[in-house]
Amino acid sequence: MSSEIKTTTDGIAGSDTISLVNLTKKYKSFTAVDNISFTVAKGEIFGLLGPNGAGKSTTILMMLGLTEPTSGMAIVGGINPTLDPIGVKKIVGYLPEDVGFYDNRSGLENLVYTARLNRMSEKEAREKAYELLERVGLKEEADKKTGKYSKGMRQRLGLADVLIKQPQIIILDEPTTGIDPQGIRSFLDLIGELRNEHGLTILFSSHNLHQVGQVCDRVGIYVKGRLAAIGNIPDLSVQLFGDKSHSLEEIYNRYFEGETEL
Amino acid sequence: MSKIAVKNTIAATGKALKTAGQAVKIAYTEGLKPAYYQAKQWLFPPRKPDDKARHPLAVMTGKEIFDLLRSWRFLILFMLIAFACLGSIYSSLSGFSDAVKKISGDDAFFFLRLFTVSDNSQYSFTILVSYLGPLLGISLGFDAINSEHNKGTLSRLLSQPVYRDYIILSKFIASLTVISLLFIVLTLLVFGWGLINIGVPPTFDEVMRLISFTVLNIVYVAFWLNLSLFFSVWFRQAATSALSGIAVWLFFSFFYGIIMNLIIRGLVPKQIVSEAQAVAVNNFALELMRGNPCFMFTEATSTLLIPESRSYWMYTPEQYVGALPTPLPLGQSVLMVWPHVTFLVAGSILLFALGYYAFMRREIRSR
Repeated sequence: MSSEIKTTTDGIAGSDTISLVNLTKKYKSFTAVDNISFTVAKGEIFGLLGPNGAGKSTTILMMLGLTEPTSGMAIVGGINPTLDPIGVKKIVGYLPEDVGFYDNRSGLENLVYTARLNRMSEKEAREKAYELLERVGLKEEADKKTGKYSKGMRQRLGLADVLIKQPQIIILDEPTTGIDPQGIRSFLDLIGELRNEHGLTILFSSHNLHQVGQVCDRVGIYVKGRLAAIGNIPDLSVQLFGDKSHSLEEIYNRYFEGETEL
Repeated sequence: MSKIAVKNTIAATGKALKTAGQAVKIAYTEGLKPAYYQAKQWLFPPRKPDDKARHPLAVMTGKEIFDLLRSWRFLILFMLIAFACLGSIYSSLSGFSDAVKKISGDDAFFFLRLFTVSDNSQYSFTILVSYLGPLLGISLGFDAINSEHNKGTLSRLLSQPVYRDYIILSKFIASLTVISLLFIVLTLLVFGWGLINIGVPPTFDEVMRLISFTVLNIVYVAFWLNLSLFFSVWFRQAATSALSGIAVWLFFSFFYGIIMNLIIRGLVPKQIVSEAQAVAVNNFALELMRGNPCFMFTEATSTLLIPESRSYWMYTPEQYVGALPTPLPLGQSVLMVWPHVTFLVAGSILLFALGYYAFMRREIRSR
């Protein structure tokens, strides 16, 4: 069995890529994720696009070893998260949807706590936390209790929280929900910068077409637990309409014709 | 003349007041304020960040202890229990001379009476612990896991490279540490106050009994802590979890005895024909009552703190003939309490295991 895993993953699993092989998750009779395979290359921003409940979050949970796949497997950074969840969590930063902090602690203290869980010394953690708080534009609010942070500030703090462990891969689950347009733009810019600076592999899940189109190199479109399409926007446009001129919105609508509008 | 004199006096008083005010101000800024800051520095030295990376479990436990000690909840509970205990010790001291007169003159366990005796208006220390201990355990654990979930911090915590066990373990260890500290402090307080007031130092045997009693208290509260930890995993709402814990506590504290009485009344034969039968019925009733952790605790504490109690069971006069009415040595008392401790520890482990199992199997989504 183990040798079988090796042979299937050898070619595609680098230390900073994500590959899913026939990944399936069933809850009793309901299939949340249905036989999904794709690969995210190093330094790529990959968008998971689909309506709520399409199975994006479940896929992400399986990538982190927070839930077990019914069949198939995920290889994240060369590690199978079902077998070695700790190994995956060392190199993957995960920003959950609607991230929470300890409201009675300051932003700095929250970051230091995360850093220390990643086995940093307190001194190192503090230095790193200050650096990152400046980076995400929260330097002024470092000592403010996170209970008083606005939604956008929390999300930026979440990004700093993800970065403090110095990950190779970042997984962002609906990171822009509830932020104002201005905040969204700066958040997306920050993601782009991070990729360009550190060559991070980024998986970005969203139900918002424009954001995904704006920031992602490639897109996977989820429909009811299946991956309906995968590729960059011009390719998808060619596949569906025969020419490159169509936008992500038109492509997306093609897959959801007859379904309720988002 | 008088007008000028009055004017002068007023001016002089004003001057004097001004100088006095300035003196006070100087005394404050020069003397009191620095002294205050020095004392503060000495009492709470600023923490230096260490260079050593500590184990995540130690980091998490440290945070939990810090959170507990800083919370209003703990402060309120501490005040409640401290006042109750001091009240009980006060009442025991005020009724002490009367109570002690009933005991024979050469009683070797004079000091222990502090914990068990009370004038009838109030409860003794042991009874209070048996009622309030569960409340303490329940309130420290009822929102351990579900509040992390509802705040959205659980999924963030789980995406860090720590084992899932650490989360529930750190909560347990932190609460247990705080409880242990609390009980050690309270027992020592009662101990000290008693020592000052009755002036008779405890014997070695008594000290050992008090230490065993403190350990028993901690085990008892740990049992309730585990119950509420289990509920905090099981129920998503903290209120539901707290209410379930309190319901179980009330059930065992008040209703269990009533229900068992009903059952026993139904089972007891109408006419008891022999002594042996009476003893058997009584012992059967005792056996039923031992399904109750509160009862177990009371039985165990009374064995530890009242060394004269030799048996939990009722016995016939024939069995009693020839027994010497001496107190048990410490070792024998501890031996008698051992099954009770085992019961409480086993119950704790069972509840912890249930909570642990439920938590490990859970799929954690963001809130």
